[in-house]
Amino acid sequence: MNIGAHYNYWVAIFLMMTGFYVVITHGNLIKKLIGLNLFTTSVFILYISLAKVKGGTAPIIAPGIEVYSNPLPHVLILTAIVVGVATTAVGLALVLLIYDRYGTIEEDEIRLKDDSL
Amino acid sequence: MNHLAAIQVIIPLLCAPLCMLLRWRTGAWLIATLATWATFGVSLVLARTVILNGAITYDMGGWPAPWGISYHVDILSAFVVLIVSGVAALTLAFAYKSVQREIRPESLRAFYALLLICLAGLLGIALTGDAFNIYVFLEISSLSAYALIGMGQRRRALRAAFQYLIMGTIGATFILIGIGLLYSLTGTLNIQDLASRVEMIPTSTYGNHTLITAFAFLTVGLSLKLALFPLHLWLPNAYTYAPSVVTIFLAATATKVAVYMLLRFSFCILGQRFVFEQLTLGNILLLPSLAAILVASLVAIFQYDIKRMLAYSSIAQIGYMTLGISLNSHAGLSAGILHMFNHALMKGALFMVMGAVAYRTGSVYLSDFRGLGRRMPWTMAAFVFGGLSLMGVPLTAGFISKWILLQATLEAGWWPVTAIILLGSLLAVIYIWRVVETAYFNPRHEIEHGTEEAPLSMLLPMWVLIGANIYFGIDTSIPLHMAERAATILMSGGTL
Repeated sequence: MNIGAHYNYWVAIFLMMTGFYVVITHGNLIKKLIGLNLFTTSVFILYISLAKVKGGTAPIIAPGIEVYSNPLPHVLILTAIVVGVATTAVGLALVLLIYDRYGTIEEDEIRLKDDSL
Repeated sequence: MNHLAAIQVIIPLLCAPLCMLLRWRTGAWLIATLATWATFGVSLVLARTVILNGAITYDMGGWPAPWGISYHVDILSAFVVLIVSGVAALTLAFAYKSVQREIRPESLRAFYALLLICLAGLLGIALTGDAFNIYVFLEISSLSAYALIGMGQRRRALRAAFQYLIMGTIGATFILIGIGLLYSLTGTLNIQDLASRVEMIPTSTYGNHTLITAFAFLTVGLSLKLALFPLHLWLPNAYTYAPSVVTIFLAATATKVAVYMLLRFSFCILGQRFVFEQLTLGNILLLPSLAAILVASLVAIFQYDIKRMLAYSSIAQIGYMTLGISLNSHAGLSAGILHMFNHALMKGALFMVMGAVAYRTGSVYLSDFRGLGRRMPWTMAAFVFGGLSLMGVPLTAGFISKWILLQATLEAGWWPVTAIILLGSLLAVIYIWRVVETAYFNPRHEIEHGTEEAPLSMLLPMWVLIGANIYFGIDTSIPLHMAERAATILMSGGTL
């Protein structure tokens, strides 16, 4: 198996792990959300890669072309993108409210403020 | 009649914007209540139809299955839908006063709209016969749940909601990857189609790598969603700081629907033979389940916030459900499925008690319960009965599912597991007793601020649930029949 041939999968894995790492290690809530976005975006790339058919073109019927890429994953990922946008929106709204009521978006400081009560 | 499966999801989905459009706040509650009762009615008809005539398949928009999204309602779906819509109907009846007290008036309408959207998502998961559709409905219900939890009065609710958002999204993304890998392997998303094509995949000695990876992602993602023991960290905070009504609703339904998804994916799609014999899901689930029963129950004993105590107890109870699954036998599965129903009954009632106490005293710390036995006799009596059901005392619903689970472990010859189940029940006795003791035997020593019985609109749904706990503890034929038939279907790979 040629490892380089599937470089798009490697990109997906790299992005996913980067996002996951950011979510786990960073204490800043906005950075956590950015990490989460990277994490979910990597899955989009995974799906798009799955759709590729060797030698296939864009799925538009045209004379002389017989092999097309699979359009279904593209459609699915459109839905997933919408979900991702909604998640980010809810997340940012929560961060805004947290900033309103705690005065900070650093996790350590929030925890300190909660514990000191 | 044929459109029932679709109507079930459409009612709450359409009533949600209606709540927002209305300027009249009581009207929003009225619409939400009517919508939930309507879905409950539909679910009863649906359950009856499925029991009598077998599974229903409904093609959305008239598109036949492999192209369009089809809804497939078998007895397991009908059972879960019954739990979810029943709890929702009672919760909404309970909600009116509690929400008035706990939610700011300007966000009342949004609150009811979100609750309905969450309900629509949960019902959709149970009804749909399309793997990707499950993910979409899962996100619909989760996103509204994050927002609902964030509406709690204390600012910690926001932190809990954010934490849940992060972990929930990671879980959902794992599920998405799992579904994607299954699609790449089979080229279909329809659950029945998937099942028949996964079965055809030749199994070498090492198995198919894509299939194994898909299984791994799905199991971890679903375990996050159902709060299986080491992945439960989002649950205590979310349940503790959410508004009372949200806790009642989510505790009784959200995790059950996640358990349903686990059953659906492992039995109906991947197939029992692959999941249990080749990948030993039974062993994978066994240890976390036992750990959940022991550790979460132990932690519950040391909680002073009683809502938090019940949240930990929920984690332990989820352990019983997954334990039933890990047994991989008909009796074990029936016990797990039946426990979904019974746990919804008891946790719904217990969290309603929390809602009523919070309504009268403002918080639910152990010290708030002093002397409540005399001041709120009906509410505390409900707590006692709900607690008895949680422990699994005979003549309550909790006893039935634990009894069947015990029998299943004995049947499998797992003696130590049997002992741990009994130990878990003993631990439940301890943490329930702490509250009962404080309520009945500790007089209120500080100046009494006129605590009186909860309003009738709260007591009524609470006692309906307690009544159900006792009724289904004595005559369990209906839920047991459904659970056993659902288990039969699952054991045969979902083809019946």
